[in-house]
Amino acid sequence: MDVVLLSRLQFAAATMFHFLFVPLTLGLSIMVAWMETQYVRTGDKTWLSMTKFWGKIFLINFALGVVTGITLEFQFGTNWSRYSAFVGDIFGSLLAIEATAAFFLESTLIGVWVFGWKKLSAKAHAIVMWLIAGASTLSAVWILAANAWMQHPVGYTIRDGRAELTNFFEILFQKFAILEFFHTVSASYILSAFVVMGISAYFLLHKRHVDFFTRSFKIALAFGLVFSFFEFVEGHIHGADLADKQPAKLAAMDAHWETSTRAPVYLFAIPDEKNERNFIEIGEMPGMLSLLAYHDFDAEVRGLKDFPREERPPVLITSLAFKGMVGLGVYFCCITVIGFFLRNRLTESPLFLKVMLFSIPLPYIAVELGWVLAEVGRQPWIVYGLMKTSDAVSPISTSQVGVSLISFVLVYGFLGLVGLYLVVKHVARGPEPA
Amino acid sequence: MELQIIWFFLWGLLWALFFITDGFDFGIGTLLPFLGKTNNEKRTMLNTLGPLWDGNEVWLITAGGVTFAAFPLVYAVMFSSLYSALMLILFALIFRGVAIEFRNKVEHPEWRFLWDAMVFLGSAAPAILFGVVFANIFKGIPFDGDLIYRGTLFSLFNFYGVLGGLLFLLLFLVHGSVWLAFKTTGALHERSVKAAKRLWPVLLVVAAGFLIASAYETSLYDNYKANPVLFVFVLAAVAALIATRLFISKRSYFKAWVASAVSIAGCTFFGVIGLFPNLFPSSVSPEHSLTAYNASSSPLTLKIMLIVTIILIPIVICYQGWAYKLFSDKEPDAETMPDAHY
Ligand code: HDD
Ligand code: HEM
Ligand code: HEM
Repeated sequence: MDVVLLSRLQFAAATMFHFLFVPLTLGLSIMVAWMETQYVRTGDKTWLSMTKFWGKIFLINFALGVVTGITLEFQFGTNWSRYSAFVGDIFGSLLAIEATAAFFLESTLIGVWVFGWKKLSAKAHAIVMWLIAGASTLSAVWILAANAWMQHPVGYTIRDGRAELTNFFEILFQKFAILEFFHTVSASYILSAFVVMGISAYFLLHKRHVDFFTRSFKIALAFGLVFSFFEFVEGHIHGADLADKQPAKLAAMDAHWETSTRAPVYLFAIPDEKNERNFIEIGEMPGMLSLLAYHDFDAEVRGLKDFPREERPPVLITSLAFKGMVGLGVYFCCITVIGFFLRNRLTESPLFLKVMLFSIPLPYIAVELGWVLAEVGRQPWIVYGLMKTSDAVSPISTSQVGVSLISFVLVYGFLGLVGLYLVVKHVARGPEPA
Repeated sequence: MELQIIWFFLWGLLWALFFITDGFDFGIGTLLPFLGKTNNEKRTMLNTLGPLWDGNEVWLITAGGVTFAAFPLVYAVMFSSLYSALMLILFALIFRGVAIEFRNKVEHPEWRFLWDAMVFLGSAAPAILFGVVFANIFKGIPFDGDLIYRGTLFSLFNFYGVLGGLLFLLLFLVHGSVWLAFKTTGALHERSVKAAKRLWPVLLVVAAGFLIASAYETSLYDNYKANPVLFVFVLAAVAALIATRLFISKRSYFKAWVASAVSIAGCTFFGVIGLFPNLFPSSVSPEHSLTAYNASSSPLTLKIMLIVTIILIPIVICYQGWAYKLFSDKEPDAETMPDAHY
C-alpha cells in the first residue's frame, strides 16, 4: 500500500461519510422551515410539534455533518499538499469564501434556533430556520463550484508551476458548476423526501398519529415527486455535458470500448478491462448513447480504446455506479408517481407504506454512487487534464496515513452507530404534543 | 507588496479570533469534571457555551480556509508537516462537538459519563496541541528545501513547545472560568470565581516564563529590537492579563472576560509580529522559510479575498455579537429549567 492509495481511501471514506449527512441537512432544513412557517401563519399546534419532531432529527444529523466537515477542510493540506500548492489560488479561495459566507451563518444560527425558543418571537424563530436553510444551500454553491473546477478547470492560467486565477466569475458560473449544483441539491431533496416519507410510513402502518404523519408524508411526497423528475431530466443534461468535457468518463460510464456511430446503451454490462471488452452485455439499445450525448442517433461517440490505458478511469466501478444511480433514479420517479395516486388513502395501502419504509436507504445509495461516478470517473486526474492524482499527494509516510485511515474508519463507524441509535430512539418515541 | 502584508496580519487576526471565541469553550470543557459536581451543574456549564460553540469553531475553519486561499504553500506545507498533530486536533474536535450535542439525548449515567469524558479530552487536547504547534512555529519547523518535514510528532514536544502548550491551556482555563463566573449563579458561580483566582497566578508565571524562553529559543524579538515601538503590544498583553485579575476582584466578570480576550489576542500577536514576514519558518535553514512574500497567492486572488473578507467579516462579527448578546443573561440552573433545549 502506498501513500497515494491510502490517501485516496481516506479521502473517499471521509467525504462519503460527510455526504451521508449533507443531503438531509439541505432538504430537511427547508421542510422544517416550511412547517414552522405554517405554525406561525395558522397557530395550529400540530405544525409546531411537527417542527420539533423533524427538527430534532435535523439537529442530530446536522451535528454529525458539522464535525465530519471539519476534517475535510484540512485534508487537502494534510494529504494532498502538492495539489493544494498547485491550486490554492483558485480552490482555496472558494473554500475560504464558503466558510465566511455560509458556515458562519448556519453555525451561529443553529445555536440561536435550538436555544432561542423563548428568546425570539415565533416569527423570528421561523426566519432563523429559513436562514439556516439558505446558508446550507449557499455552502453547497461554493463547494460544488470548487469540485466542478477540478472536474473542468476554467478561468485560470498556469504561471510559475501553479494554476492562477484569471476569471473568478467564470469559475463560479460555468455550466459544469451549475449542473453539478442542481443535480446535487435535487438529489438531496429526493433523499430528504424519502427519509420523511419512510418514517411517516412507519407510523401510518401502525396507525399512530395519523394526521401528523399524513401531513408530513404529503409535504415530502410533493418534494420527492417534483425533484425525482427534475433529477431525471437534469441528469441527462449533465451526462451530455460530459461528452465534450470528460469523454473518457462518458465512455467508462457506459462501458463503451470502440469509437462508433450509433453507439448503444446497455441496460447492464460487466466490463473486462484487461481484454478491453465486456464480459456480459444485456439489453442493448442501439444509438441511445449517441442520442444522449449528442441528441443524434448517428453521432460518433469516442470509445475507451481511443484513450491511452493510463488515462482511462476504472471502468467497472464507474459503469456500475452510473447504472445503479440511474436505475434508482427511475425507481424514485415510479414510486413517487404511485404515491401521488395513493396520497388520499395512505392508511389503506399497507404494501405501499412498507415499500416506502424500506426505501429509506435507497437514495443514500444513489447519492454515494453519484459521487463515486463523478470522482472515480475523473481518475487518473485530480484536476482534469492538468494534474494527476498520483502527483498530488503529500510527502508523508505510509504509517502516518495508515494510522489516520484506521482512526477515521473506527471513529466514523462509531459516530455512525451513535447517530443511527439516536435517530431510531427519537423516532420510536414518536412526536410529543406541543 | 502591501496586499501580502495586509494578509499576513489578517491571517494572525483570524487565528486570534479563533483562540478568543473557541478558547473559552476549550476552557470550560476542560473544567467540566472539576467544577461540575452534579449532573445539573455539568449541564449548566455546557449550556453556557451550548448556543455559541459551533459558531466559534467556524473561526478555525475560516483561519484554515484563509491560509489555503492567501498562502497556499503555507497551507500545504504546514498541514502536511504537522500531519499527526493536526489529525489529533481534528479527532478531538469531532468528539467534543458530538459530545456537547449528544450528552443530553439519553438519560443514563453511563451515557453521560462517556460524553463528559469526551468533552474533557476534546477540549483539553486541542488547547494544549494548538499551543505546542504554535510555539514550534515560533521556533521554526525542521523542513528542508524540498518542503519535506524531517521531524516526528514527538519532536514537537520539546521544552519550548510544551511551555507553549501549557500557556495556551492556562489562558483558555482562565478565559473559560471567567465566562462561567459571568454566566452562572450560586455554588457553581463561587467555584468558577475561585478557579479563576487560583489559575491566574499560575498563568502569570507561565506567561512570564514563555516571554523569557522566547528570547533564547526563538528569534521573535528581532523585529521588536529593530522597532521598539512594537513592545507596546507585549505590554498591552501583560496589562490585559493584570486587568483580568482586577476585574475579577471587582466582580465585573464580563469586563474580566473581555480583558482575558485581549490578553489572548496579545499573546497571539506577540508571536505573529515576531514572526513577520515568516509564516512558517524553517529551522533547517532560513532560506527555506515560507514568508508572506514567497508563499502567497496571486495578486488577483488576494484582492478578491480582501474584498470578500472586508465585507463579510464585519457582518459575521455583527450577527455573532447579536447571538452573544441574546445569550448573555445568567444561565438558569438546569434543574429549574424545563427541557426546552434539545
Ligand atoms: C452539496 C453540499 C456539500 C458538499 C459536496 C460538501 N459539503 Fe461540507 N457541508 C455542507 C455541504 C456540503 C453543509 C450542508 O453546509 C453542511 C453539512 C451538514 C452541515 O451541518 O453543514 C456541511 C458542513 C461542513 C463543515 C462544517 C461547517 C460548520 O461548522 O458549519 C465543513 C468544514 C465542511 N462541510 C467542509 C467540506 C469540504 C472541505 C468538502 C469537500 C470535500 C465538503 N464539505 C463537501
Ligand atoms: C461530499 C461528496 C463527495 C464524495 C462522496 C466524494 C467521493 C470521492 C471518492 C469516492 C474519491 C476517491 C476517488 C478515487 O480516488 O478513485 C474522492 C476523491 C477526491 N475528491 Fe471527492 N467526493 C465528494 C466531494 C468532493 C468535493 C466537493 C471535492 C472538492 C471540493 C472533492 C475532491 C476530491 C479530492 C481532492 C479527492 C482525492 C484525489 C482523488 O482521489 O481523486 N470531492 N472523492
Ligand atoms: C435518473 C437519471 C440520472 C442521471 C442521468 C444522472 C446523471 C449523472 C451524471 C452524468 C453524473 C456525473 C457528473 C460528473 O461526472 O460530474 C451524476 C453525478 C451524481 N449523481 Fe446522478 N443522475 C441521475 C439520477 C441521480 C439520482 C436519483 C441521484 C440521487 C438521489 C443522483 C445523485 C448524484 C450525485 C450526488 C452525483 C455527484 C455530483 C455531481 O457530479 O453532480 N443522480 N449523475
